[in-house]
Amino acid sequence: MSRPLPRNDRAMRWAMGTFKDRNRTIYTLLVIGVLLWPSIADVTTGGSGNHLVSTAADAGIYVLLAIGLNVVVGFAGLLDLGYAAFFAIGAYTYGLLASGQLSGSPLHHEFHLPFWVLILVAMFVAAAFGAILGAPTLRLRGDYLAIVTLGFGEIVPRVFRFLGAGSPIGNWTGGVNGISAIDSPHLPAFISGPWFGTSIQVVSPFDFSDSNWAPMDYYWLIILLVAICIVLVTNLYNSRLGRAWMAVREDEVAAAASGINTVAIKLLAFSIGASFAGFAGCYYGAKLSLVSSENFEFIVSVSILIMVVLGGMGNIPGVIVGALTIYIVQFFVLTNLPDYAVALSNLVGLGFLNQSSPGWVGLHDEVQRLNYIVFGLILVVVMLLRPQGLFPSRIREQELEKGTAEEAVFDVREATD
Amino acid sequence: MTEDGTTPATILDVDHVTKRFGGLTAIDDVSFSIRTGEIFALIGPNGAGKTTLFNTITGLYKPTAGMIRFRQRDITGLKPYKIADLGIARTFQQIRLFSYMSALDNVRIGEHPRMHAKLWDALFKTRYARREEARVTERANQLLDFVGIRPQAHNYARNLPYGSQRRLEIARALAGDPKLLLLDEPAAGANPQEKRELMELVERIRAQGITVLLIEHDMKVVMGISERIVVLDYGEKIAEGKPQEVRTDPRVIEAYLGKSA
Amino acid sequence: MALLELQGVDTYYGRVQALHQISMTIDEGEIVTLIGSNGAGKTTTLRTISGLTHPAKGHVRLRGKEISGLPPDRIVTLGIDHAPEGRRIFHRMTVRDNLFLGAYSRNDGPAIRADQERVFQLFPRLRERRQQIGGTLSGGEQQMLAIGRAMMSRPKLLLLDEPSLGLAPILVDTIFQVIRDINKQGTTILLIEQNAAKALQVANRGYVLETGRVVKEGTAKALLESPDVQRAYLGI
Repeated sequence: MSRPLPRNDRAMRWAMGTFKDRNRTIYTLLVIGVLLWPSIADVTTGGSGNHLVSTAADAGIYVLLAIGLNVVVGFAGLLDLGYAAFFAIGAYTYGLLASGQLSGSPLHHEFHLPFWVLILVAMFVAAAFGAILGAPTLRLRGDYLAIVTLGFGEIVPRVFRFLGAGSPIGNWTGGVNGISAIDSPHLPAFISGPWFGTSIQVVSPFDFSDSNWAPMDYYWLIILLVAICIVLVTNLYNSRLGRAWMAVREDEVAAAASGINTVAIKLLAFSIGASFAGFAGCYYGAKLSLVSSENFEFIVSVSILIMVVLGGMGNIPGVIVGALTIYIVQFFVLTNLPDYAVALSNLVGLGFLNQSSPGWVGLHDEVQRLNYIVFGLILVVVMLLRPQGLFPSRIREQELEKGTAEEAVFDVREATD
Repeated sequence: MTEDGTTPATILDVDHVTKRFGGLTAIDDVSFSIRTGEIFALIGPNGAGKTTLFNTITGLYKPTAGMIRFRQRDITGLKPYKIADLGIARTFQQIRLFSYMSALDNVRIGEHPRMHAKLWDALFKTRYARREEARVTERANQLLDFVGIRPQAHNYARNLPYGSQRRLEIARALAGDPKLLLLDEPAAGANPQEKRELMELVERIRAQGITVLLIEHDMKVVMGISERIVVLDYGEKIAEGKPQEVRTDPRVIEAYLGKSA
Repeated sequence: MALLELQGVDTYYGRVQALHQISMTIDEGEIVTLIGSNGAGKTTTLRTISGLTHPAKGHVRLRGKEISGLPPDRIVTLGIDHAPEGRRIFHRMTVRDNLFLGAYSRNDGPAIRADQERVFQLFPRLRERRQQIGGTLSGGEQQMLAIGRAMMSRPKLLLLDEPSLGLAPILVDTIFQVIRDINKQGTTILLIEQNAAKALQVANRGYVLETGRVVKEGTAKALLESPDVQRAYLGI
């Protein structure tokens, strides 16, 4: 084991200062982007930016999910491969309790609870499932948790699909059709302003179901939710709990010997992570007005995990950037890639590639087939260039830098266990 | 040595403790008692079961048979964090600090069980949480001062020199306000000067009313500070007594000290 | 020609300079010891030689051939074996397999078994536990295993970092006897030891390091008798 000389104190403080500043820069850019986005969308599309604003709101859902999963993976170091299950639980909680769905169930009664109540209910339901799942598994070694969450992530959408018409206990979830015609949220008041091309005014009461305004409403609503989550999670990170997660992640035995109940603290991280997914699911159900089990497949869990890892595990601004990056790649770059390829081939005089022939379905479809290969390539390249993620936490950065040059800290766990 | 002036008080009773791993008996029916306020040493050849006994006392292992009492309370089989919470702190033979946390944060982790801020406080950074955090930071700095590494408070634990890492581990253990401190080879890898400083630190810890149980191979250290000694060999207790008695015991010489010592 | 030569070596950890202009030579068949307090740069010197850390400046030459900058596995095949402080054994492998891994680059079967027998004679405890996995050994037993593994590899140059760490008094003398034995069989040894008095008793020569610099060098006898060394490192 090496014994490098103590680090110069001033150098340390300086380094920490720039790290803080980097995060501050990211936040500042994000705030500016958020404020300007509706105008940008309007200007670039010639006044019909609703679609772009709505897409941004969808991206916000992934930001929420990534921030939540970051608590589990980045802070506490637990690998959760079935995170979408909690997202589904949140969405179905809202869907069931804010639509006519349950009138067809054995309850014969429909619920229309308000969004603001259900967002809390969804959080608690998801957190409760997190606790039920985590309690038996978190006692085991880390790898088991990954496998159990993987299974849970597969089971939950199937259960929702199964509990439709014809299930032995009645139609609860609408089965393959999912739940539709879900209520829109209501706000007590909302401020309209120049971003709509109107003067600033308080519109009251405000209804999200107005189709002209809805994208903008949902946009600001998700911004509000994300902002709240950022503040809460940052507070958590800087609290005694954040410190305890870090300790458990580094050395469980030493943490336990210091009086930390490692199972309880991991369970807390797991449940808090789940509750954020429930939170996001509730918003998702409300915005889409439809929940269907096929929107919560394994690929969703993986995407969120990629967002966290690629953005920089443990660092909230990094994770947000990661979520936005992956979202843009998945839903803009990859979906438009076939069209880009067609346009390019026409431009350079290779238009014949667009014709289909035996063994060739045409450039557009061929490129579409390669979508996930391109996605994979992008991920590989990014991880090779920045293995610690785009904007990692100070600690992760150090671990990776020193870890390779100087070999990892000696693991004595097996010697004393 | 008595706690209330009348009855001789023991702080830890190891009562016929046995620990087996498969066919291997690591600790074989060992009994001894540590009195409140003393410095007590556990010595023995390599593989005698000393660290296993530490791990059993601190709850990392459950004893196969026997009972461990701490301040007359049965703690056999309690979880490690629970035992730490009751007032038994320890250091590790191979230093186990949180490498990528600052020295200060390492000590603040030690104070975790004495903190009361709840999830609510953490989420909303309540006044209570802020005050507690300030108090804990103040105390952690005092502890770093006590072990003599305050100037290194903001360095990563892994970047501290070896001697300071040993001290930091002790500071972290002290942060939980223990009644009993278990030190596993605290002087390993230390030079003579550092060993002297370490002995002085252990004396100061005892002066604060903390009972100390230590494993140590350096006979100068053991003979210099401990009041009583238990010797283990192949998991069995082969001697117990004052340093002078133990050092002249033929069985101890044969199994542990060797002819030259 | 010297077996190993360090010339003007500077080594950094990040921006902290750990070694300043270290120069030393080790001749074939010698036992050389490095003395110094914790943080003086002894371990870093060993790591620089074995390629775990690369020097920023200066030369490390094995029989006149430059080896600085080579990866650690290359340096091992050239005949330098590093038994690092901290008992780095393979925790999930048995004691026997750990020992045989030490002989990984050898192909003289009978001699390997003879060497294993010798390790077991020196450390009967390892023979008792030869089927146990390394991770279940006690700290001191792991230390014995690490030394045993180094014995099995029969390197040209063996770098030993604190071999007596965590060993009971009765074994400390044995360890120094082992070091002498290994040396007699043709292995040159560079030794770091907190127990400077014992180290100087087995060594031919020594270097004293302070804050990453060589401040004194000489025969072991001269260093043992030097008042500075006695006061600072021998605890006399």
